[in-house]
Amino acid sequence: MAMELDVFVGNTTIMDEEVYQLWLDGYTVNDAVKVRMEGGVLEECEASADVLLSDTMDQYRTFQMCERLLHSPAKLANQLLFQIPPHRQAVLIERYYTFDDAFVREVLGKKLSKGTKKDLDDISAKTAVTLKSCRRQFDNFKRVFKVVEELKGPLVENIRQHFLLSDKLARDYAAIVFFANNRFETGKRKLQYITFQDFAFCAGQLINNWTVGAVDNMVEDMDVDLDKEFLQELKELKVLITDKDLLDQHKSLVCTALRGKTKAFNEMEANFKNLSRGLVNIAAKLTNTKDVRDFFIDLVEKFIEPCRSDRWTAADMRLYLTHYTNSAHILDTFKHQVVWDRYMGVVKSCIFKMYHD
Amino acid sequence: MPGKLKAKIVAGRHLPVMDRASDLTDAFVEVKFGNTTFKTDVCPKSLNPQWNSEWFKFEVDDEDLQDEPLQITVLDHDTYSANDAIGKVYIDIDPLLCSEAASVISGWFPIYDTIHGIRGEINVLVKVELFNDLNRFRQSSCGVKFFCTTSIPRCYRVAMVHGFVEELVVNEDPEYQWIDRIRTPRASNEARQRLISLMSGELQRKIGLKVLEMGGNAVVGYLQCFDLEGESGLVVRAIGTACTLDKLSSGSAPNTTTHVHPNTAPASNACNSPSKDGKESPLAHGCRSTHNSPVHSACSSQRLSQNFSVSVPTLIFTGMGSGGSAGKEAGPLKTLLRQQTQTALEQREFPFFTLTSFPLGFLVHVGGVVSARSVKLLDRIHNPDEPETRDAWWEEIRQEIKSHAKALGCHAVVGYSESTSICEEVCILSASGTASILNPRYMREGCLDIGNTDHRFEEPSPPSCGFCHIPYDELNMPFPAQLTYCHHCRRQKVPDVLFTTIDMPSEAAVSGKGCLIQARLCRLKKKAQGEVNATVISNLLPFMEYELHTQLMNKLKLRNMNALFGLQIQISVGENMLLGLASATGVYLTALPAPGGIQIAGKTPIDLSNEHHILTIQKRINDTIAKNRELYQINPPELTEEVVGSPIPEPRQRSRLFRSHSESSDELSELDLSHGKKDAFVLEIDDTDAVEDIHSLLTDAPPPSGFYSCNTEIMPGIYNWTSAVQMFTSVRVFRLSNVNLTNQGLNKIFTDLCENLLKSFYFKLRSMIPCCLCHLNFTVAVPEDELIQVAVTAVAMTFDKDQTQERTADKPVTKGCSETEEQLQFPLELFADSSSTNTQTSSKISGVPESTGVSPRAASVDYGSFADRCSTWLELLRLKAHTIRRGSVKTTSSLDRCSPLPEGRSRSLRSNRSFGGGSVTVVKMTPLSFLPGTRIIKYLGIINMFFIRETTSLREEGGVSGFLHSFIAEVFAMVRAHVAALGGNAVVSYSMKECMLMENPHKNQAQCLINVSGDAVICVLETDQEPMSSTTSIGQTCTSGAT
Repeated sequence: MAMELDVFVGNTTIMDEEVYQLWLDGYTVNDAVKVRMEGGVLEECEASADVLLSDTMDQYRTFQMCERLLHSPAKLANQLLFQIPPHRQAVLIERYYTFDDAFVREVLGKKLSKGTKKDLDDISAKTAVTLKSCRRQFDNFKRVFKVVEELKGPLVENIRQHFLLSDKLARDYAAIVFFANNRFETGKRKLQYITFQDFAFCAGQLINNWTVGAVDNMVEDMDVDLDKEFLQELKELKVLITDKDLLDQHKSLVCTALRGKTKAFNEMEANFKNLSRGLVNIAAKLTNTKDVRDFFIDLVEKFIEPCRSDRWTAADMRLYLTHYTNSAHILDTFKHQVVWDRYMGVVKSCIFKMYHD
Repeated sequence: MPGKLKAKIVAGRHLPVMDRASDLTDAFVEVKFGNTTFKTDVCPKSLNPQWNSEWFKFEVDDEDLQDEPLQITVLDHDTYSANDAIGKVYIDIDPLLCSEAASVISGWFPIYDTIHGIRGEINVLVKVELFNDLNRFRQSSCGVKFFCTTSIPRCYRVAMVHGFVEELVVNEDPEYQWIDRIRTPRASNEARQRLISLMSGELQRKIGLKVLEMGGNAVVGYLQCFDLEGESGLVVRAIGTACTLDKLSSGSAPNTTTHVHPNTAPASNACNSPSKDGKESPLAHGCRSTHNSPVHSACSSQRLSQNFSVSVPTLIFTGMGSGGSAGKEAGPLKTLLRQQTQTALEQREFPFFTLTSFPLGFLVHVGGVVSARSVKLLDRIHNPDEPETRDAWWEEIRQEIKSHAKALGCHAVVGYSESTSICEEVCILSASGTASILNPRYMREGCLDIGNTDHRFEEPSPPSCGFCHIPYDELNMPFPAQLTYCHHCRRQKVPDVLFTTIDMPSEAAVSGKGCLIQARLCRLKKKAQGEVNATVISNLLPFMEYELHTQLMNKLKLRNMNALFGLQIQISVGENMLLGLASATGVYLTALPAPGGIQIAGKTPIDLSNEHHILTIQKRINDTIAKNRELYQINPPELTEEVVGSPIPEPRQRSRLFRSHSESSDELSELDLSHGKKDAFVLEIDDTDAVEDIHSLLTDAPPPSGFYSCNTEIMPGIYNWTSAVQMFTSVRVFRLSNVNLTNQGLNKIFTDLCENLLKSFYFKLRSMIPCCLCHLNFTVAVPEDELIQVAVTAVAMTFDKDQTQERTADKPVTKGCSETEEQLQFPLELFADSSSTNTQTSSKISGVPESTGVSPRAASVDYGSFADRCSTWLELLRLKAHTIRRGSVKTTSSLDRCSPLPEGRSRSLRSNRSFGGGSVTVVKMTPLSFLPGTRIIKYLGIINMFFIRETTSLREEGGVSGFLHSFIAEVFAMVRAHVAALGGNAVVSYSMKECMLMENPHKNQAQCLINVSGDAVICVLETDQEPMSSTTSIGQTCTSGAT
């Protein structure tokens, strides 16, 4: 029966989690009804397609009315229009801000601007995420970015408090904001194999160790931007490759420690100078914004790819980097231990994460 | 006699952006009461302004306090142009005028605008200082409590029921029609909201005055309605039952407070017919003329009134009181009782009661449904000499009802209600109720003392069946009916079916569960004007009533049931059709005889194919009856018939299934009058219409397993409610596309519309299974030419399925018994003195159900038996709640047989509790008078709100559905906010009285009016033994009750 009007309003707002997901995924009402019919709710409850359509319409309307509130989740808790039990509110918010890994991988590191938004239909076609859902996810990124941009204090904590998200999701958003702010390049073909979760981990490392906030957490913008002083200091590390004695000494120390412990020893010994030059050069160039953007691509080109072509295992990698880092401490003429540790600590864990066997 | 009203504006939040340039708002607030206005400072550039104003004080008459709402307007300051209104809040301060209700109003109120809906919230504090006033001739009636609840409110005890109160107020409608005029629709809608708020305040005050005159202190079952008569004006009318209520402080014995209520002092003149007094004495008119300026008279030359009574017992019978020797030994007692009660009742002009459920022993016998309708023309002619036309109309109808009741041998009408349906200038007035005989004990002064002497008269019939016994004279029956001796007590006569408008008495013995039964009907009519139209309608009405009645009867038989409770028959009038919808809850009363089956008969015999056809239909009907018996678990105690034997020779009784009632009714003398034909059970197939009818009879789908539905307070046969409730409102409008519709086609559409609504509910609420939809209240309307609108408000409540099974198992039963004993101790101690008189009788009475009791009835019998021992009905309620609570505790505490709760629900319960102290108070709403699993500890006052919403961007708001969806959500939000501000955590007896939608899609416009009402309460979980009485603990109970 075609209804001129058909509404159902409960004192406690009724929301079906399955329909919510369909709505979030950008299904139209008719498509959602089809999906639900295939899911078999009808047989369970002796209902007809009409009933399902009417129910789906009701729920879609409710979600649309709620959407405004979901944009500032704190309002959801003290608004009066919908009576939603707190645990349901939490589910609504968490689901609304959840994103597709495939989608986020496409926009990670891109400027969250109108230009990018225009490309969303391409992304939608590529990732098979509906355009509607892409828009929602993109707008979420942008909204979080805008709010957090102007806040003092730790990034993850700010996101969690303003958007009432779980710790995990707040961390993911911190990564997205951090990548968008520093415009890290993630889209190159060579980087395609790296998942969002890998990048999110790396972002966490960078945020915790290389930003201003990592040292002093009362500085403005501190968690979003890299510590300029630190980047300057990184130039000093160049001595490790420019001073020939130091380079040889470093190599022999590492080789002594590694000998007999790995099958890839020969390759390690042969490549030592190359690899070390690669890592130190990356460090030295980080004062340039352009090179910051290329940080991940550089890591892959200068370090990961050579190692992979030599068939290092993950364990080899771990062993090598540990000794490479530690041996530098024994070099008596090398005076930049603190900076070295701060640099290598992050690079090491990033490479571990990014090195897939 | 002034009072001082104080208001303080604290803060605002989530305000809309009023200045596009800065994305901010410069908000300030105007606080207005009567003609006095105060303003706060402007709080510049903030969407969350903090005004923290001083206390604005209004010194006013308490009369104004009752009539006027406090008006709060939030505005955006603009230096260069006029200030823009953001929205308004109307606060009814009536709850503050009663010492027992709320003491302060404090909280966040949604700021409402008729165009934009809710726009942010404002935090307000309101207090009233009232100076007591002993002036006898006062105009105000502060302190009279109002309840929408149609039973005695849970934390009160009734000392006396005074009777019917009614009043109506008329005014010009500021915007009777939705047309573009010079004034913006917004301005007139705001004027309308303000006016109606004022009128209902005035109405309430006047009713209060009548109650005080009668010596009462409360109105129970208060029903207020609006008639938007269009050009002829706006009528606000209300009816209710005046009572003297005593607050039960359940720590102390109630008798200490029983007789010491000051209001009984003037009770000596309470018996003067109150409604008349109210109208004629200048008293009530002192301040504001009741019938404001333009009251329009009816078309007085031609008196169009079509009256008839529906129901089983329809009658034109007059010779009451003559042949007194009815029944057996019960006869003289009955007449004695009647005489006694009559003295109490006859002094009342209208012995009507809006209550639908009663204290134990109040309701003695039930006669049947009485109803009257009348078609009137709303005339444009201004006739200032006849300002009380509307009063006269209703008076006429009430007289009709009264005489019907009398013809049924009854002196009172309970479950009484009135309604109207208006289309253009035609108006159908309807009234209905249940004719009955009441115990005079509650209607006389100091009645409770002499309970001893009265007792003799109550005892002849046990409460589990007594109300079924016929009140009328067997030899002079007002209508043809079959009488048998009561299947329960075997001493008095009962009819074969019983129709009532009340809730089923809790002590009634039933078999199995009940179910919602609906009869639906459409009748086309020609478009016409004026008197012709009215005549056409009044000619159609009796046929509709008859057909609705036949449908109800057939559906009742089909479900193997023999009684209807909560019967409501609505007839709505449109330009080219009439809609009829009768809803009731069917039950199998064990006191009444088993229903006969339905027999199909062909009119043209000797047609083999036809014969075959009839046989198949007959088979289907028989199958359905058998299936329904199983579905509703109807297992009447067959034994009793053999054991006691039917004293009345009734040979057909045995062949129950295929018995035809019409045959037997032929044997009865020619009492068949008007349309009281009782041949419902032989269905003749003589034409296609009849075939259609039978098919439609069989199309009503039973609810899916796990669901039950009823339109009464609670479902007969379900006792173990758990605490999950979900109140909902649903509205559907169907556009008839086919211009050449037949009555049949229309019927089909209407039936499908109702059935599909029910199916939708079952689907949406499937997570609550096992669950019962209670108080399903359908309202139908014909808003436009080709539109049918159905609005439903109901509550879904979960119950514990396993509990019933436990009862039947051996061990738990004995456990249950010992618990029963335990519970008895508690009230007996508390009410030792009053219950002592009753205890002697208990053994005798409880014996009755035992002898007949068969397992499925065990639950109800349980209550019945120990309930008898309690002196008041309230104790029974407490006991009942007690058992329910104990039951639920049992299941949750013992882990081994636990988790009858579905996963989702138990989770929500848990998390609710942990989040209990959230920033927004959870306010539960229900159309019932109680919330399962909780106890009401305080009534905070009546909620009666009227809203108009309009839009000029219908498409952008998601069409009419989107528009109405958000409006209903907004109405809920505003009700909740008002309740929370009064300190409450629930609304009981909630109802949506009006939902009038007008749309104009071509102009992208729509407008909707909604009127809702209910009682704001504080309730606590049953598990909290001691009620909290101190104000400090109320805060706690709020949060704990909210979980």
